[in-house]
Amino acid sequence: MLTPIISVMVLGLIFGLILGYAAKVFAVQGDALVEEIIEMMPGTNCGQCSFPGCSGAASAIVKGEAAVDCCPGGGRMLAEAIAARLGVSLEAASEDSGPKIAVVSESICIGCAKCFKACPTDAVIGASKQIHAVLKDACTGCGSCTNECPTGAISLEPIPVTLRDWNWEKPALAA
Amino acid sequence: MGIRELLTGVGWGVHPHNDHKRPAADVPLRVMPTPAKLCIPLLQHVGAPAKPLVAVGDRVLRGQLIAAAQGNVSAPVHAPTSGLVAAIGEVTAPHPSGLPFAAITIETDGLDESVSFKTVEDPFSLTPDEISQRIAEAGIVGLGGATFPSAPKAQLGRKHSVHTLIINGGECEPYLSSDDSIMRERADDVIDGVRILMHAVGASKAKVGIEDNKPEAIAAMRKAAQDFAQIEICPVPARYPMGSDRQLVQVLTGKEVPSGARTATIGLLVNNVSTCAAIHHAVRHGEPLYRRIVTVNGGAVAQPGNVLAPIGVLVEDLLAFAGLKSEPARLVMGGPMMGVALPHAQVPTVKGCGGILALTAEEITVVPPSPCIRCGSCVKACPMGLVPLELSAQIHAGEYDTADAMGLDDCLACGCCAYVCPSQMPLVQTFSHAKGEIWRRAQQKKRSEFTKQLAQARQERLEREARERVEAAARRKAQRAAQQAAAAADNNTPSEGAGA
Repeated sequence: MLTPIISVMVLGLIFGLILGYAAKVFAVQGDALVEEIIEMMPGTNCGQCSFPGCSGAASAIVKGEAAVDCCPGGGRMLAEAIAARLGVSLEAASEDSGPKIAVVSESICIGCAKCFKACPTDAVIGASKQIHAVLKDACTGCGSCTNECPTGAISLEPIPVTLRDWNWEKPALAA
Repeated sequence: MGIRELLTGVGWGVHPHNDHKRPAADVPLRVMPTPAKLCIPLLQHVGAPAKPLVAVGDRVLRGQLIAAAQGNVSAPVHAPTSGLVAAIGEVTAPHPSGLPFAAITIETDGLDESVSFKTVEDPFSLTPDEISQRIAEAGIVGLGGATFPSAPKAQLGRKHSVHTLIINGGECEPYLSSDDSIMRERADDVIDGVRILMHAVGASKAKVGIEDNKPEAIAAMRKAAQDFAQIEICPVPARYPMGSDRQLVQVLTGKEVPSGARTATIGLLVNNVSTCAAIHHAVRHGEPLYRRIVTVNGGAVAQPGNVLAPIGVLVEDLLAFAGLKSEPARLVMGGPMMGVALPHAQVPTVKGCGGILALTAEEITVVPPSPCIRCGSCVKACPMGLVPLELSAQIHAGEYDTADAMGLDDCLACGCCAYVCPSQMPLVQTFSHAKGEIWRRAQQKKRSEFTKQLAQARQERLEREARERVEAAARRKAQRAAQQAAAAADNNTPSEGAGA
C-alpha cells in the first residue's frame, strides 16, 4: 500500500521540479518593449486611436504601424515618452495644443446619457434628463464622448492654467 | 580654499559690493495710514487655502477672523481694519504669471474698530499645546518668505525633540531691511517671541544668527537678550544666501542638514525674527497676524524705508505712500535675488512679503546670454554644492531625469550661480523651469495611474453588470418555471378533488 503512494509522490516531485525548471528556462517572453509601452499608456482602452485597446495601439506603435502620438488621452507627454523610449523623433508637425479635457455646455445638454456610457474612465456624471458634468481629474481628454453627443454639447477644451501648475518657459541659450 | 573661506569659514554664496540696504534701513519705521481698499488673499501660506467665513456686505472689525484654516497645514486670515466686505473673488496674484487667486476685498471705513483681543499675562503658564493653538489661531506663518504655518512647525519640532532654536535674522537679500527694522525697533518683542517659542517647542536654547552688516540690530538684540542666558546672539558673515535655513544652520552649528530632510531631524528648528515678533503679539496680546513690516525700496522710490502696512494692501497704495520719483521699470515682491516680478501694481501684499522694490531701468539691465565657458564660478558660488553648469546642460538637452539625479531638487533657486555667471546664462531660470517640468511629469504620471484604475473599475463593473443580468434572467426563468409548476399543481388538485 505504502510503496505505490511513495513512488508516485517521488515521481510527481521529480517531474514537478523538471517542469518548474523548464518553465523558467524555456519561458516564452512577450515582447518586452510592447509591455513597457502598454505600461506607459493610459490603459483606458477608449479606442480613439482606432486600434483595439491600449495593448493593440502599443504593438502597432512598436511595429511602426502607428504614430507615437496616436493616443489622444496620453497627449503630448505620452508621445514624448514613447518617442524617447523608441528612439524616434517626434515630428514638429505633430505639435499639439496642450492637454485637453471634455467640457459640457450646460445650455445645449439634453441629458440623453449617451456620453457617460461612452466614457472609458467614468468621468462624465449625470443621469438621464439631468445635465451632465465632467470630473476634471478623471477625464483623459480622449474624446470618446464628443462622438456620441447628439447636440454637440460636449467638446474638448484646453485645461485652464492655474497658479499651481503654471511653469516657466525654458529660457533660451546663446545662439 | 580661498582667503575669504579661511577668514570667515564660508566658501559659498555671493555678496554684492553695494547691497542697497542703506539708506532705507536707517530710516525710522513709518506706519502706513489705512488705505481705502484692502484685498486679503485666502492662500498666503504653504498648504490648503483658507475658507471664507464672511459674505459680501458684511461689516468686519480689525482682527476679526474672515477666513478659517482648512486642514492641518493651513492658516486662517484676519481683517486688518474695520470696513465692509466689498467682494470675494479673484484678484491678480503676486506671481510672475499674472494669474488670479481668490481674495476677500474690504472697503475700509477709516474707523479702525477692533475686536477685543484675549491677552495672556504669563504665556509660560500655558502648555505648549495651548501656545501652538494660539499661534495657529493667529494665522502665523513663516515671515521670512517660506510661509510655512508656524503652529504645525512648532509641533513638528516638539515631535522631533528639538533642542535648539535657530532664529533667522540673516536677511541676506540686497535691498531688504524689514527684519533689520524689527530687530532694531522691536528687539524686546522678538526676544519674548523666541522665549515663547522655546517653551512651545521644548527647546533649551536659542541662537539668533544676524549678518554682521547689521551692527545696530546686533546691538539692540544683545541688549534685549542680556537677561536670558539661553538666548545667544551670534553675528554671522554677510554672505548671500545666509538667510536660507540650511546655510544658517551650517554656519551656526557646523551641522549639515541631509538632502531632502528638514532641520528638525537634526534637532534644530529655524524661525525668522519677524515670525517670533508675530508670535509675541499673538500669544501675549492675542493679536492675530494682520500687518507686517514691508521694505519699500529701489531706485524709483522717493522715500525708501520700512513701512508697517496692513497685509493685503495693494502695491500701488504702498508705493503711493512711499512716493515714486520716476516710473519704475520693474516691480518686484521680495528681494532682487529670489523675489517675484509683478505684472502690475494692482497686486495685494501677502504675509510672506518682506519688501516691494520699484526698480529703474539701470538697476535691471538685461544682458543677452553667451555660451558657457566652463569657468566653474557657479560651482564655487552654489551654497548647496551642486554643479549648475552641468545641470543646465542636461536640462537644455532635455535630460530632466539626469538633472534630477544630479540633485536638482536641492537647488534653493537662490540665484548665486546666475549672479556670478560671466556669460550671463539664465541658470536659475532654467532650474525653475526644470523643477516645474519634473513636477508636471510626476502629476501626469499620477493622473494616468488614476485613470488606469478608473478604466479597470469600469471594466469590472461592466462585467459584473453583465453577470448580474444573466443571473437575474436565470432567476426569473427559474421563478417562472416554479410558478408554472405551482399553477399546474393547483390546476391538478381541484380536478383531482372534483374527480374524487
